[in-house]
Amino acid sequence: MNVRLLVFLLLWPWAALAQGFAGLGTEADGFAVPERGHSPVFPADHGPHPDFRIEWWYLTATLTGADGREYGLQWTLFRSALKPGEAPGWHSPQLWMGHAAVTTPDSHLFAERLSRGGIGQAGAHATPFRAWIDEWEMAGDMGGDMVLSAGGRDFAYHLTMRAKGPLVLHGEGGYSVKSAAGQASYYYSQPFLEVSGSLTLPEGEMPVTGQAWIDREWSSQPLAEDQSGWDWFSLVLDDGSRVMAFRLRGSSDFTSGTWIGPDGHATALPDGSIRAEPLATAPSGTGPEVPVRWRLAIPARGLDVTVDALNPRAWMGTSFAYWEGPVRVSGSHGGRGYLEMTGYGDE
Amino acid sequence: MIGAALLALGSHWRRHPVQLVTLLLGVALATGLWSAVQAINGEARASYAQAANQIGAGGLDRLRRADGAAMGLEQYLALRRTGWQVAAVLEGEMRLGLRAVAVTGIDLLAYPDLPAIAESAAAAEIAPVEALTAPGRLFAAPALALTLQGEPGLPPVAATNALPPDTVLTDIGTAEALLNRPGQISHLLVLPKQPLVRTPLAEIAPDLIRQPASGAQDIARLTDSFHLNLTAFGLLSFVVGLFIVHGAVGLAFEQRRGLIRTLRALGLPLRLLTRLLLAELCLLALMGGAAGLVLGYLVAAALLPDVAATLRGLYGAPVSGALELRPVWLLSGLGMAVAGTLLASAQALWRLARMPILAAPGQRAWGSGRLRARSQLLLALVLLLGGLAGFALSGGLIGGFVLLGAVLMAAALALPPTLSVLLTIGAARARGPVAEWLWSDMRAQLPGLSLALMALLLALAANIGVGTMVASFRLTFDGWLDQRLTSTLYVTARDDAQGAALADWLEPRADAVLPIRSVEIDRAGTPLFVYGIVDHPSYRTHWPLIARSAQDWDRVMRGEAALINEQMARREGLWPGDNVELAPGWSLPVAAVYSDYGNPTGQAIVALERLLDRYPGTPNTRFGVHLAPERAEGLADEIDATFDLPVGAVIRQETLKARSRAIFEKTFLVTGALNILTLGVAGFAILTSLLTLWTQRLPQLAPVWALGLTRARLARLELARAVALAAMTAVLALPLGLVLAWLLLAVINVAAFGWRLPMYLFPLDWLRLIGLALATGALAAALPALRLYRLPPAHLLRVFANER
Amino acid sequence: MLLTVDTVTKTYPGGRPVLRGASITLDRGQSLALTGESGSGKSTLLNLTGALDGFDSGEIILDGVALSRLDDAGRAALRRDRVALVFQQFNLIPALTVAQNLSFQARLAGRLDADWLKEITARLGLGDLTERYPEQLSGGQQQRVAIGRAMAGRPKLLLADEPTGNLDETAAGTVLDLMLDLVRDSGTALLLVTHSQAIAARLDRRAHLTGGRVAA
Repeated sequence: MNVRLLVFLLLWPWAALAQGFAGLGTEADGFAVPERGHSPVFPADHGPHPDFRIEWWYLTATLTGADGREYGLQWTLFRSALKPGEAPGWHSPQLWMGHAAVTTPDSHLFAERLSRGGIGQAGAHATPFRAWIDEWEMAGDMGGDMVLSAGGRDFAYHLTMRAKGPLVLHGEGGYSVKSAAGQASYYYSQPFLEVSGSLTLPEGEMPVTGQAWIDREWSSQPLAEDQSGWDWFSLVLDDGSRVMAFRLRGSSDFTSGTWIGPDGHATALPDGSIRAEPLATAPSGTGPEVPVRWRLAIPARGLDVTVDALNPRAWMGTSFAYWEGPVRVSGSHGGRGYLEMTGYGDE
Repeated sequence: MIGAALLALGSHWRRHPVQLVTLLLGVALATGLWSAVQAINGEARASYAQAANQIGAGGLDRLRRADGAAMGLEQYLALRRTGWQVAAVLEGEMRLGLRAVAVTGIDLLAYPDLPAIAESAAAAEIAPVEALTAPGRLFAAPALALTLQGEPGLPPVAATNALPPDTVLTDIGTAEALLNRPGQISHLLVLPKQPLVRTPLAEIAPDLIRQPASGAQDIARLTDSFHLNLTAFGLLSFVVGLFIVHGAVGLAFEQRRGLIRTLRALGLPLRLLTRLLLAELCLLALMGGAAGLVLGYLVAAALLPDVAATLRGLYGAPVSGALELRPVWLLSGLGMAVAGTLLASAQALWRLARMPILAAPGQRAWGSGRLRARSQLLLALVLLLGGLAGFALSGGLIGGFVLLGAVLMAAALALPPTLSVLLTIGAARARGPVAEWLWSDMRAQLPGLSLALMALLLALAANIGVGTMVASFRLTFDGWLDQRLTSTLYVTARDDAQGAALADWLEPRADAVLPIRSVEIDRAGTPLFVYGIVDHPSYRTHWPLIARSAQDWDRVMRGEAALINEQMARREGLWPGDNVELAPGWSLPVAAVYSDYGNPTGQAIVALERLLDRYPGTPNTRFGVHLAPERAEGLADEIDATFDLPVGAVIRQETLKARSRAIFEKTFLVTGALNILTLGVAGFAILTSLLTLWTQRLPQLAPVWALGLTRARLARLELARAVALAAMTAVLALPLGLVLAWLLLAVINVAAFGWRLPMYLFPLDWLRLIGLALATGALAAALPALRLYRLPPAHLLRVFANER
Repeated sequence: MLLTVDTVTKTYPGGRPVLRGASITLDRGQSLALTGESGSGKSTLLNLTGALDGFDSGEIILDGVALSRLDDAGRAALRRDRVALVFQQFNLIPALTVAQNLSFQARLAGRLDADWLKEITARLGLGDLTERYPEQLSGGQQQRVAIGRAMAGRPKLLLADEPTGNLDETAAGTVLDLMLDLVRDSGTALLLVTHSQAIAARLDRRAHLTGGRVAA
């Protein structure tokens, strides 16, 4: 028995999520389930949904430093309910986990935080919006100005952000189907954030500017039984369009995505309209070999690009591990974005 | 050839099963006692490590309020929100009928690396939801878990071997409900991974102090001497056991001389033969060692509860009363068995390797005896001087033990020459042929018995030495308890508010209510407890001062001076007239020094006002209550009925004394048991030596028998001889034991504990011990004597015939 | 008659009979050589005569004492007071000096005659060896001490079992001469077991044992 196994036990909802653990991904166990036809309501749905098993506030940013180098940044707050609902103080069944990372072309720094709700150490509020764990914080107006901070043993960052576009609902008005069998989540994004701030790195302070993208998603049964992992892309193209695309790997792959025009107009990309094809794999650092070069094609939109990891070693060696890092886009379109890959082993 | 040779060599053991058993028993006894002690030590050390892991005290700093009070949740949150990675801990006591159990609640989510939780959670397949949400889970050592399972109203219990006894570990959420202390935190553990950017402690929580990681190391240091004591005992037993092995191997080789000569004459190379014998010894050592491990396990299992109680009582060191099998222990035990057996057989093997093929059965040469005696005495002297030099150079505990070892070794070496001189004197004074023969024969027997007698000497000396120390300790301690515990009742309140209420309530009901208030000051890494007292005649008349100065109490009560305990006085060389720095910038003259047995830390006493000037937040929760003893019970009940006090909050003086004595009794019990075992092994060593000498005895006895002494009389004389040798050894062991006792009391104790005990002599104990030694000698000689008594004359006659 | 051995039988446990009705007689001051093959029972007969062991049937009467009636203590007293023994080897008490060995039995029996002991010591040529221990002596010297010790108490009967069996010819001759001289001078009877015809010839009588009986 080691720490990781314990944490695995503690965090089995996520472990299940990451691995498609037989049965656990599909059973709702008294939790609420997303219903077709319901759409998120704002600002209330910026806050937590304790009756759903899992939820996250997920921010990725592609940055450029004052030194001209490219950087990537991640800020994530997961909520996982051991059972539905709330209880006061230490007895709260709501567990919170924070992941933060900074990726440079040659390094990848990350940190993890763990807490429970109820005592106020971690949580989220809808109005005014604030999501936090320990000293890490994402707060402000999803449609306006926001602040973001986090840090670990060897890094820290502090950013201010301003929304330049509207919130985007994925799937059918925010109801995002995740398998042919009908597993689904509520899913919306804020992909139009302009950011500036500074990174504190082992080498020193680095002023940065760039683009950030917030994903909000909550569900109770995100994966189908046969699904083992996913590849998820969020791309900011040079023409101002945004692309969200993911592939859930299973006995047959399930793809879904959203094409977001520069004005924020969103079009859902149904299953089968996205082709994601790994071109090359590389060691990911402490994790397994993962695909770090992809061909991504959305024929209906004339998109046919190669996606390259800025740093293949962007492995998140956290309690449940996965690959998450900035990417470059070239081909029919140019741009930058983020790639997340789970289910490649060693989780 | 090898097969045939093995068969021939092995046939010896088939024909001499008793010898085989003796040899195996010798190895088993040596290994057994040694590994028993090792098992106890290992278990204790593992328990310390476990305790350190369990509460994170081993490697983690702590944050706590300077005034010792509990902190609230908001303080924890404030630290967390500014980057401090800390885990909240709530500690308390739970009533379980009459028993009090320590409850440690930890935020399991913040500090999930707890082995106790991790192991049992995996074993019991406890899901996080069960441990983290109501009703929660309790984790406890198996014995305690069993008790807890029978208690109504408790959360489900999971048993784990990773926890010390008498401790319940659980999530802090479960703990605050269990202890009824919602929102309270005893202290915070500073986790290893801290972020790059963090607000300084002084800015967020100025009332918190950071306590450096300690705990495990402190306990280890404190208990080192205790374990060293045990180890010394174990080693002594091991050596005594090896005497038996030496005897048995010597005999077996002696009896196989003819066979070995034949084998060599038949062409078996000496080198091969030596290897075969070596292999045989190793095999026997492993067999005996295995048996010894079983024995050691049993002894350790029997003694461990007492040892655990001692360590808990003396040092607060948590030791499980249950024994675990550790592979290192098994391997080292077998290793010791093999090494010890080879060491004990070295002489026999060496002789064998140098034995010419054609050699007459050896007769002992007399001429070399005097030379050997002289070199033994010389070696003893060198050892003694070396020990003294070692002590002078290194001093301290190790130096003390070096000296102790040197004295024991020197005495053992000097024993045979000394006995030889005594026997020569005895022979010169003997009247009558039988008496003359008896003395001379004893001297002739001495070389063969000297190892066994050395073993007896060491066992007896250890017995006298440790016995004297323990009895002196008991006598001193009893007197000291009477002096020190003058209040009739001792009451501890939950907090200051309750303390104040309690004091007010007690005032009209008792003759006097004396507050006992203290602070713990961290003094360059070692804790110092400073007590503040109010003036009361009971202090002046009873307090056990061992070094005084003029008007000492007056000066203390006026706030002009301090009392310090003996440990501190000796450690720092502070005596009346010197100045003691209690805390940075707080110095007072030492007015007097008091004895403070059983306490490993430094302690000082000042007037209460002086303490409060410095530490206004000093808790006011403990009181000594003076009243007529016959009213004690009634008042105790009344307090219990009136106030909501934790279990054990009201203690009667008698109970406290009994409890303190019980702790020491446990120590004595363990040493006593080891003493008896060692003596038993020494007795067995004499027996095996006598059996070994048996074949050599017949040529000594047969002529005397032929000249007109009955076998019965010869048997009686054999018995008398063993008893006489044992008696002489015992008489010689007496002064050695007293030297040992003095070393233990005046050197080892001061180095280990910081106090020196007056040495009391207990002649009745010596008589009992000498009696025991005589009995040991008689018992050991009984079997050979009986054998002689029943020996057919034909066997004696064979000595004279040419058939040998 | 000093000694009468009358149809004595002896069987050691688990063995064949050693003596099957042996009979001899010996007068005071007389000497008798017991000869016979190896295993003929001559040593056993000598040991029984010396009250060193009990016998199964028959009777031995020594100086008027019937040995069959004696218990262990009685036999020990008889050995101490009336007979003296010299064996082939290991006669001496290793822990005692030559002087102590010489006087041991006489003192045990309370019959120490210092002048006689001095004379014996001188005649046996042991004067320079008195403070030595047996293991420091040669085989011949050891046997001389054994003879001296045996004769010091002026026993009625000296029992000697191959006293020179372990010695070389020269030493054997000397020892035998000394022994026979002392026996003659002190009027002690001698029963001597030997396999040597030459030695047997020097004694008054001889008896030959075969198969546990004395041949006619």
